[in-house]
Amino acid sequence: MVPLKKQKRGQGVNLKTYRIDLHIHTVLSPCTEIADMTPRAIVKVALERGLDMIAVCDHNSARNTAATRRAAAGSGLVVLAGMEIASSEEVHFVGLFPSDEEAATAQEEVYAHLFGENDEDVFGCQAVVNEDDEVEDLDQRLLISATTLSAERVVRLIHDRNGLAVASHVDRQSYGIFSQLGFIPDGLKLDALEISSRTDSDTTLKKYRQCTGYPLITSSDAHYLEDIGKAFTIARMVQPSFEELRKALAGVEGRAISELGRMARRE
Amino acid sequence: MKLGELVEELKLDVRTAGAEMDRTVEGGYVSDLLSDVIANAKEGDVWLTLQLHQNIVAVAFLNNLAGIVIVGGREPDPDTLKKAEEQGVPIMVSSWPAYELAGRLYEKGVRRRE
Repeated sequence: MVPLKKQKRGQGVNLKTYRIDLHIHTVLSPCTEIADMTPRAIVKVALERGLDMIAVCDHNSARNTAATRRAAAGSGLVVLAGMEIASSEEVHFVGLFPSDEEAATAQEEVYAHLFGENDEDVFGCQAVVNEDDEVEDLDQRLLISATTLSAERVVRLIHDRNGLAVASHVDRQSYGIFSQLGFIPDGLKLDALEISSRTDSDTTLKKYRQCTGYPLITSSDAHYLEDIGKAFTIARMVQPSFEELRKALAGVEGRAISELGRMARRE
Repeated sequence: MKLGELVEELKLDVRTAGAEMDRTVEGGYVSDLLSDVIANAKEGDVWLTLQLHQNIVAVAFLNNLAGIVIVGGREPDPDTLKKAEEQGVPIMVSSWPAYELAGRLYEKGVRRRE
């Protein structure tokens, strides 16, 4: 017999807590350490750090999401396809997608609004890799730059592909929505706000009162292996999956974001 | 005008050690959007910005700018200065806001021919 109260909240489903880190870069991001953030290495460290689910989010590209998921096959680690898109105002948004196909079509639209060519000597190389950590291509676009899409259009393009739109590191002075726009514009339909490992929810809510209207998560934004999982979110879900995450962010059917966690950097 | 002369005339504080001060400043650019600077600042420009993070160094290097002036009395991050010294990008600080400083630069003859 399940107590009535519990039945109402989770409708008799078996909810557990899971550790998730929804913002991890790979060698496709020019600002990562060369040959460090490869699929196998990321999966290995994520498992060591006790994570159940991660999202791969490179700058303006999703070309390494499938390879990272394949590298995680059979390991129990769930890998979501994501992309960190820079709007024309240079606000960063994490888009999380239900599938690689939807991430790929989102990427097409991003690429159509992204100009310039990468200079490897200045910004670093942008490696597209397979699940065996072998380089298959070097992306030549200037991924570190910003798209010509406004914040509203970025959020819309994520939602058009059934994705979840999260404002990246809102507490930070560079590329955060408050540093770039000063506030969250009316009608910007964000599914969550992400805070960095440098702060906590109380500080954020005090400093930016607009945050009270949104679910808060925290992620590592890891560019180096030792940073994976240093900030993580604990979510109550039936299982670690995209659709369960959607429910947890919406706070429906007993699913919820229950805690924002911190771990020391892995030495 | 040479960068060193500008520093003297406008009382800028140089924050990077070993910066190349005898480079000629060809013009100026004011913007806080890095993507805009990448697209539109010209080689030899001095760039006025309130951004402090280390990506400004990469942008200045990429466009071969004469230097960066941080406006409004802001202080660049230590990481930014370290990177700037490594890449040979001069970083200066001014207590003037961008508008005031740009006006003074223009008065001093820092401008491209019409």
